[in-house]
Amino acid sequence: MSSTAVANRKIEYSESENRKALIAVKAHLILGLAVLLLMMLAGLTMRAVQGTWLEIGADLFYQIMTVHGVGVVGAAGIGSTGVLWYFLRQYVRLSNTIFWINFFVFVAGVVMLLGSIFLGGYGGAWTFLYPLPGKSMGVWSTGAAAVFQLALLIIGTGFLILYLDMGRGILASFGSLSKALGLPQLFGRVPVDTTHPPTVVAGTMVLIVNFLGIAVGAVVLVMGLINLYNPEFQPDALLMKNLIYFFGHVFINATIYASVTAVYELLPRYTGRPWKTSKVFYAAWFAIVFMVMAVYPHHLMMDFPMPQWALIVGQVLSFGSGIPVLVVTGYGALMIVYRSGIQWSTTTKLLFLSMFGWAAGVIPAILDAMVTVNRVFHNTMWVPGHFHFYLLLGLLPMMFGFIYHLTGEGRQGEQPKAADNVGFYAYLIGAFLTSMVFLASGASSIPRRWATHMAEWVTFAQVGTVAAALVVLGMLVFTFRALFSLPKAAEPR
Amino acid sequence: MALIAAVFCFVLVNSKKVEADYSTVTKKWYGIRGKWFFFLLTLGVIITYLSLSPFPIPDQKKGYQENEYQVVKVDSYQWYWTMTPNTVEAGKPVTFLVTSGDVNHGFGIYDENLELLGQTQAMPGYTNKLIHTFDKPGKYKILCLEYCGVAHHAMITELTVK
Ligand SMILES: [Cu+2]
Repeated sequence: MSSTAVANRKIEYSESENRKALIAVKAHLILGLAVLLLMMLAGLTMRAVQGTWLEIGADLFYQIMTVHGVGVVGAAGIGSTGVLWYFLRQYVRLSNTIFWINFFVFVAGVVMLLGSIFLGGYGGAWTFLYPLPGKSMGVWSTGAAAVFQLALLIIGTGFLILYLDMGRGILASFGSLSKALGLPQLFGRVPVDTTHPPTVVAGTMVLIVNFLGIAVGAVVLVMGLINLYNPEFQPDALLMKNLIYFFGHVFINATIYASVTAVYELLPRYTGRPWKTSKVFYAAWFAIVFMVMAVYPHHLMMDFPMPQWALIVGQVLSFGSGIPVLVVTGYGALMIVYRSGIQWSTTTKLLFLSMFGWAAGVIPAILDAMVTVNRVFHNTMWVPGHFHFYLLLGLLPMMFGFIYHLTGEGRQGEQPKAADNVGFYAYLIGAFLTSMVFLASGASSIPRRWATHMAEWVTFAQVGTVAAALVVLGMLVFTFRALFSLPKAAEPR
Repeated sequence: MALIAAVFCFVLVNSKKVEADYSTVTKKWYGIRGKWFFFLLTLGVIITYLSLSPFPIPDQKKGYQENEYQVVKVDSYQWYWTMTPNTVEAGKPVTFLVTSGDVNHGFGIYDENLELLGQTQAMPGYTNKLIHTFDKPGKYKILCLEYCGVAHHAMITELTVK
């Protein structure tokens, strides 16, 4: 146990409340995992097409690309919400009903998304970059584009409702968001309380940025929808791009900041060392609140009419956002593991890997976010390279590690099964290779989002296909493990 | 990246041996953390300064007179480019005035080895000024670098440099 003092702050729930909450969390994780597996198959398909091992029409390729993008972002969103909600409810009273409402709104949204893409033929990418959804040259209908954007709007609304409940719970337990973030302690108005839970700090940060991110997303989705049916209404394309990337950047970033609570909560349990909050910790998370929201102009560096100061902010904050993970979270995880006598199980291996993936993934991100490098990396394969690194090696291992923890693996000296080991190493090697091939492709100027690759690029795509197949193999093991062991697993003590 | 991998491996190798007293671990490594933070901060300031001065994007308000620059007007549509003229000379800076007639596209200049030399977004309602000086004559390619629909990957044209 991390510490008895922290345990004292925990909320008391009834036995049946806890049982129901655990079922809901498992549902989130299993849904997230299943969607991710399908999206990895979609990714594998795209790489095989680019590698000329598989032939499909360009329209189907871009539909798959659209579903892959939106599906991974959605699965990351729902899975990371499962992780955060599970830990946050230990410190603030959260409503199980609202948690489920968001889940079912999400599922309804997913059905709409699938319909718009595979029945309506929508292939305008998950970024729905205005005015593309309304200008497909007859490939998809206005209706398909509208259903796609409506689905995102609905999913966003579900999340907003959930965040309202989290906000209510945090206010009830801590009085204000600033207290929950530890700001009075940071600024010395009250003494530092090392038992203030890191999960509450992270949860509050996620709540603030994602609430604003989704609200902006809703605005831009509504403007897009109005444009679809009233083409005379033409919002400014650069403004729309700013809003879309603000929303997209915040939402996907928030998933990793939500999931890191698994590392804060679980590494202490497996090492017997506490993860204490401190001024440095509060300062890092306070800075993250602003940086995650203000860093998005690094997506717009090739939009030359952007004000110079915005691009400089984008570049500087991209470097800045790397510092908290390199100095606080990643560093803290290393200290906790160093000479701790930790038992290496699939759970702990995945959590440790996630810290590596996040910390190392910072570097290709920072490079691309420099204006002068962005000139030759923007919209090349470097970009998927950097976010596959983050997601495959950083975010997903947090979620998978948490799933393994919930299955009960890694406690009472239980050794990982041979299949888990095969899964872990296939995933590790596959994920690393997938990301590195993307990065190498980007460094060789290969553009992203191309259905057909030039002859010179095919070898890269073929190596990428093999790497993606390894990821899928590892993912199959994780999925089977989750499906067989997770539903019946009792609450870990 | 290799450095970070090495640090993680170091900790991995040193994870089994138990140092029961965690406070001696934290004392030692908190000290190093301060230096590490300071190092990153200094590195950040140096990189920022070196990479942003001069600012790598041409001034968009400047006129770029015809006698100093060769001016090429670029218009983009689903799924083709128009460039007037489509032949320029090596050695003298070219100003590309890039816009779009429909959705967002990306104007990427590739040399004969398919190496990307520079790019800018092509956007409806805006004209982006990209300046590039070609060192060598040859056939250059323009590729679309912003996803623009089902024939995005076929949106290719050629630029001749004499
Ligand atoms: Cu295009």
